[in-house]
Amino acid sequence: MSISRISMLVGLAILIALPVVVPPYFLHLLIQILLWAFIYTAWALMGRFGFVSFGHGAFMGVGAYVPALLWSYYDVTPWIGIPIGIALSILLAVIIGYPCFRLRVVGHYFALVTLALSQVVLLSLTAARDITGGSLGFTPRAVGHSWYALQFPDKAYFYAISVVLWLIGLYVWRRIDLGINREALEAISEDEDAAAAVGINVLREKLRVTIISAALTALGGAIYGQYFMYLNPETVSGIAVSLQIVFAVIAGGVYSLLGPTVGSLLTLSLTEGLRVWFGTNFIGAANTIYGILLILCIIFMPQGIVGALQGLRLRRSQTKVAPAE
Amino acid sequence: MDIYLLEAIINGILLGGVLALLALGLNLIFGVIDVVWIAYADIVMCGMYVIYFLYAQYGVPLPIACLVAIVAMAAFGILVHLLIIAPVLNSPPINQLLATGGLLFFLQSFATLLFGTDFRNIGVRLPILEIATLYISFSRLIAFVIGLIGAVALYLFLKRTYIGTAIRAIAQDREIVGLMGVDQRRIYLVTSAIGGALAGLAACLLALQYDVHPFIGNTFGPVIFMICVLGGLGNMIGGFIASFIISQIIAIGGYYSNIELSYVLAFTFFIVLMFLRPRGIFAR
Repeated sequence: MSISRISMLVGLAILIALPVVVPPYFLHLLIQILLWAFIYTAWALMGRFGFVSFGHGAFMGVGAYVPALLWSYYDVTPWIGIPIGIALSILLAVIIGYPCFRLRVVGHYFALVTLALSQVVLLSLTAARDITGGSLGFTPRAVGHSWYALQFPDKAYFYAISVVLWLIGLYVWRRIDLGINREALEAISEDEDAAAAVGINVLREKLRVTIISAALTALGGAIYGQYFMYLNPETVSGIAVSLQIVFAVIAGGVYSLLGPTVGSLLTLSLTEGLRVWFGTNFIGAANTIYGILLILCIIFMPQGIVGALQGLRLRRSQTKVAPAE
Repeated sequence: MDIYLLEAIINGILLGGVLALLALGLNLIFGVIDVVWIAYADIVMCGMYVIYFLYAQYGVPLPIACLVAIVAMAAFGILVHLLIIAPVLNSPPINQLLATGGLLFFLQSFATLLFGTDFRNIGVRLPILEIATLYISFSRLIAFVIGLIGAVALYLFLKRTYIGTAIRAIAQDREIVGLMGVDQRRIYLVTSAIGGALAGLAACLLALQYDVHPFIGNTFGPVIFMICVLGGLGNMIGGFIASFIISQIIAIGGYYSNIELSYVLAFTFFIVLMFLRPRGIFAR
């Protein structure tokens, strides 16, 4: 067994054992970190190939609101509601993605079209205030501990669910990383015309990765809603959430498996740490520091923290090898 | 025609004037420096705070407060260029977008930290004009007129002066212009200063109509990008016309339904038009 595999197993064992030892507050933080890490990883599936979407707030919003509304108004169990939410997100992704990829809306323009999509979902949720509660937010009907309603007051359940989700996210990332499609997608991100010329179906490849990314984001949003039992258009959809996703991933590193997770860990601990440290008097302090860090990250290490560390390690091992040649 | 509908249309035109001014600033920066300042509307927010504090807190006369805001935002524009844009000038466009997005985060949270989330009004109450049976807000009319004057002044500056010509030349071909002896760095700084000054001017006009709060940029920001892209990024006349189209959609949509749905309509219109004319409505 290789060292990396052993360390992976040890890490997993620690993750499983954690709910027994840590106090509820930290468990709450861990659940948030894992859930966001899952959503960030889902975004990175696209982001790493240069398809920068500001539309993931829309997918998350749809994924979160659809099961909550279906459950509260029509008694539809989230086991059916969540797949419906995911299906709607996929539909949204195709409606926006297909014409975008077909008509070569890329770079800035793609970012801005998806930004508009985020705003459309945010404003629609706010406008439908008779059903969704508008900007006051929405609280799904609570029934206590229930597998049918997917509601667990005991945090350990959601901890287990978020660990599983997170692992699914990493697995999908890995599958795409190791698969043949990665080469195709990388070729597309370098030069679409050249990729098409060597026989890559640009449209299909881009659409596929977009659909996977949107579906996972919607799933993440759904579980987020089930866990918090409170939804607000501003916290699950719109430009703010989309930017939060993009920035956390950039800070952590978009090109590495654990980059989005590190981004989630870093940003949430920073926010929580500063909140505890300064108290609520300094309400904007965390995000102020966050903003400065983001600018510095993009200027000095665009490949993110994990990417920068890997680069450092690579360079060191190269210098070690060099004299032997 | 319904009198309220007419009022909505007129208000739409008046709103268009301010949006046009903002779109102009963003377009100028994009056309010349080739960078989208995502935080542009938040620079306007800073300008509004400058006016609020000078005028409402320290009793500086309003015209002087406005002038200070314009100069301060011009200086801020230069600072943004030197500290954030210049280091990423040769990075992929998406990194530039994200760097200015970091600025957006920073400005909004820093404003929250300094001033809290209170809504503040400078407390100037301008009369409401009554023409026949129409009611028109005087502050909107002023905003519209000054917005137009600003746009024309910028146009003349770009057409008639040496440095304006250099700015237009750099927007057309940034490699050749260097060979003609134009100092690119200086042009970039001048452009950033003008962009900042336009944001400052817009801040003066918006402060008359809206309360200042740290997140006011989110109200205008997405709309301004939409306008610029719709008119063709960098195409100033296109952006100018697009601001009136979008403001009409918002105003008339708001008349028939509510304000959120009118924005939904505007954003949907934008998405659909991006598919029909990906390089803007006025692309040749």
